[in-house]
Amino acid sequence: MLEGTGLECVRGDRTLFRGLEFTLQPGELLRVAGENGSGKTSLLRIVCGLSVPAAGDVHWNGESIRRLREDYWKDVVYVGHANALKDDLTAGENLRIGCAIAGLAPATDHTLDALDAFGVRACADLPARVLSQGQRRRVSLAKLAVSRSRPLWILDEPFTALDKAAVAHLQGLIGHHVAAGGAVMLTTHQEVSIAAAATRQLDLSA
Amino acid sequence: MLKTLRLVVYRDLLLAMRRRSDVANTVIFFVIVASLFPFGIGPEPNLLRAVGPGVLWVAALLASMLALSRLFASDFADGTLEQMLMTTVPLSVLVFGKVAAHWLLTGVPLIALAPLLAVQFGLPFEAMGVLAASLALGTPVLSLIGAVGAALTLGVRGSGVLTALLVLPLYVPVLILGAGAVHAASAEIDSTAHLMLLGALLLFAATCSLWPISAALRIAVE
Repeated sequence: MLEGTGLECVRGDRTLFRGLEFTLQPGELLRVAGENGSGKTSLLRIVCGLSVPAAGDVHWNGESIRRLREDYWKDVVYVGHANALKDDLTAGENLRIGCAIAGLAPATDHTLDALDAFGVRACADLPARVLSQGQRRRVSLAKLAVSRSRPLWILDEPFTALDKAAVAHLQGLIGHHVAAGGAVMLTTHQEVSIAAAATRQLDLSA
Repeated sequence: MLKTLRLVVYRDLLLAMRRRSDVANTVIFFVIVASLFPFGIGPEPNLLRAVGPGVLWVAALLASMLALSRLFASDFADGTLEQMLMTTVPLSVLVFGKVAAHWLLTGVPLIALAPLLAVQFGLPFEAMGVLAASLALGTPVLSLIGAVGAALTLGVRGSGVLTALLVLPLYVPVLILGAGAVHAASAEIDSTAHLMLLGALLLFAATCSLWPISAALRIAVE
């Protein structure tokens, strides 16, 4: 279970949010909403343990993530705003190496299946440099297809640059993960229809 | 853990193979700088022999520093660094892999080329061996110290100059010991003491620099 208590985020001399509380149980989807600049990405980075909140703490299964560190990251997949692709590596290499750095070690045919599921298998041997914005996003998201075993997915604007088919596929993947007892925290501006038993909203503008 | 280490080294070498010009830049810079000095100084053999060790070492040091800006910058820009910081093995392992790859790409070519360039300065044969040995011990130290500077200035405007300002003073002991070893060898004095001190510096840098690099990277990403 993921739990944020009394979170406060300050950027420069501006307080983005203060006293923020949320909980996320297995099998739930938490959608973080809010206008541009309301601190959605900052919140996700705090939840990932990449930045330290000005106040408050994030707990994973009752333990502070700052104490757990590597043990927490074993349970998390994060797809950030940036696609984390190297222009000079092929899509296949990017996915394989990206997964291995994250501590996932998928077999080669698994990564190809993952690319296939996102409709970018044909790009597997092309350098990421020549891919379109949407294709890059798909390659970056294909990591999710090989990380079903990770209980917590944190996705920052996963639907940007995707076409309808890819959005539908991603929604299916997220719905499947939640149905299988995983927890998903995501930010998005689009209306999404994900078949999740419990969807929570966290509005940062309020 | 070793698998991740191998993977990071492999990844950085693969990226370098796809962008050979970056690696070539460092090597060509070293060759040109070291070759310009004999032209500037003139063909006086004793003078060349006297300045040779220092010139070669300074050129190697600058060439190694030239490549520092690439060490973390592209990973920082495309978001890969965020993913690396969320790795399931200790971050020092990844950092060590990246520094090792940097050394393989900059240090090793310098070690291989330096004895050839030493011919231009008329260094005796024994001194060439000592030059290669001192670079073999010294360039990893340059990579390790340089990585601290590169990590500290990550994401800062004008980070190249700032890295140089931070790192060059720390390079001084390596330079003194490295050039000193070659001087001693060309004067036919025993250079073991210099090399042993360089080895000690290497052990010190290898144990003490990984943690600051990791911490600086975490601060940069935040």
